[in-house]
Amino acid sequence: MIKFDMENIDVFYGNEQALKSVSFSVETNEITALIGPSGCGKSTLLKSLNRMNDLVENCRITGKITLDGESIYGLDVNHLRKRVGMVFQKPNPFPMSIFDNIAFGPRTHGIKSKRRLNDIVEKALRDAALWSEVSDRLGKSALGLSGGQQQRLCIARALAVEPEVLLMDEPTSALDPISTGKVEELAMELSKDYTIIIVTHNMQQAARISNKTAFFLLGEMVEHGTTEQVFSNPKNEKTEAYITGRFG
Amino acid sequence: MLRLTLYLVIGIALFLALKHVYTYLPEAVLRKMVRIWDKIFLSLTWVFAGVTVLALGFIIFHILSNGIPHLSPRLFAVNVTLGDVSMFPAIISTVLMVIIVLAISVPLGMFTAVFLVEYMRTGSWFVTLIRSAAEILAGIPSIVYGLFGMMFFRVFLGMGFSILSGSLTMSIMMLPLIIRTTEEALKSVPDTYREGSFALGAGKLRTVFRIILPNAMPGIFAGVILAIGRVVGESAALIFTAGTILQIPSSLFDSARTLTVHMWRLSSYGQYVNETYATAVVLLLVVLSLNAVSGVIARKFTKT
Ligand SMILES: Nc1ncnc2c1ncn2[C@@H]1O[C@H](COP(=O)(O)OP(=O)(O)OP(=O)(O)O)[C@@H](O)[C@H]1O
Ligand SMILES: [Mg+2]
Repeated sequence: MIKFDMENIDVFYGNEQALKSVSFSVETNEITALIGPSGCGKSTLLKSLNRMNDLVENCRITGKITLDGESIYGLDVNHLRKRVGMVFQKPNPFPMSIFDNIAFGPRTHGIKSKRRLNDIVEKALRDAALWSEVSDRLGKSALGLSGGQQQRLCIARALAVEPEVLLMDEPTSALDPISTGKVEELAMELSKDYTIIIVTHNMQQAARISNKTAFFLLGEMVEHGTTEQVFSNPKNEKTEAYITGRFG
Repeated sequence: MLRLTLYLVIGIALFLALKHVYTYLPEAVLRKMVRIWDKIFLSLTWVFAGVTVLALGFIIFHILSNGIPHLSPRLFAVNVTLGDVSMFPAIISTVLMVIIVLAISVPLGMFTAVFLVEYMRTGSWFVTLIRSAAEILAGIPSIVYGLFGMMFFRVFLGMGFSILSGSLTMSIMMLPLIIRTTEEALKSVPDTYREGSFALGAGKLRTVFRIILPNAMPGIFAGVILAIGRVVGESAALIFTAGTILQIPSSLFDSARTLTVHMWRLSSYGQYVNETYATAVVLLLVVLSLNAVSGVIARKFTKT
């Protein structure tokens, strides 16, 4: 089933075109990896999907993006962002307790019962494989966690609003190998229930965890296919050059 | 004029010559010179810091030594008559004045700043307009505010010499300060917090109240403390608006004399120099404790 469908997406920052006529679709419960050299527009694409680009002053988007067949511009933007969660490159926990960090989203969407919040926080932390490490200090500041823990906290925070899609922008680039491994495992585990789109500069990571891969270059999508095909038998020579590390 | 030009030319020539010489000096000598200069500058900073501390210490010592011996019950008498020296009514008036000014200027200034920083596009003409207005307001001497308050609140709106005239005038005077410190505080909140909140589906309002303002609090608070200090220390603007009658105000329409105005009044009588110093001690204590309290609260806010 198609979750996200993009048709001829053009994105401009002022006069600068960051994405050129990008079209592809993302299937439900799959992990799609976006790869490509720095500045090719991966983050821009990701931010277009949950309309975080609305916040950028001079950003303009044309084309059609649908979520479950409905244009994302027809949806209430806050509701869209509830359905399409996002994890940023740098962990950005709020300077409040671990509990309040996770509960921020559910509270935003109207959940007040302490009991339900407790359940949601525990479930989100368990899903993010962080529960055992923090269950005894939920009241402590989230800023006291390690970088890897903070990133999993941010994942838990995104999960707590029960999104359908999870956008991850280089979620492991600030992490050590062990934390990276945990986040990768987590992403694969989560893809059972969520649709995941992940930006990564790490080819092995893309190959390890994703079902589909899209390769971008200078704002254009050069190739899109199953990860296996893109990595073992790329159709475009530029794709091949990039994944074999000959440029990028 | 001619001589000045001559000196200048000689100076520049010397400088250039020295610079020229520098390049030919051996490495070791140069390094030593740098070290000597470092030492000289370090000692200079110590000297200047010392002068500042000494001056401050001297003022405080002067006030305390002249004032403390004259602190007498008479200065705190609750029942006062006209021309009395008791500062009790002045303390009440000062506290009242501070509370009213803050109640008006803090919400107004804070929300103006939130509007400017969080809701308006940076660099829009409207933001520039408000910001330059605030800048200009900040540079106006307080006596001008006093005259304005006198003409507008006291005479035109018919509020007379009253706490209300005084605190409205002071509120306008405090606005630029509150706006600017709040703006700075808001800008110091990292954008990643805003992104995090929006990405969870929180709206603007919730993001502002739950994420941005709590994190900007220490900075806003610093501005509020500065404002309190300026209200407590103000005299010129208040003499024209709140008046100088020594009484415990029973309504907002009563004239009131704040501590600073009271001091000015006492000292202008000529025969109350000792009482003036004693009043200054109390004023000093008020200001110092305000600083202490603000420090504690700011630290509490920053600890998360
Ligand atoms: N807010 C912005 N304003 C102006 N230009 C922007 C903005 N954000 C991105 N761009 C430009 O858009 C292009 C794509 O940027 P984007 O961040 O999407 O790249 P990316 O593929 O995510 O790169 P990286 O791998 O380095 O994160 C770049 O040329 C960048 O300079
Ligand atoms: Mg990026």
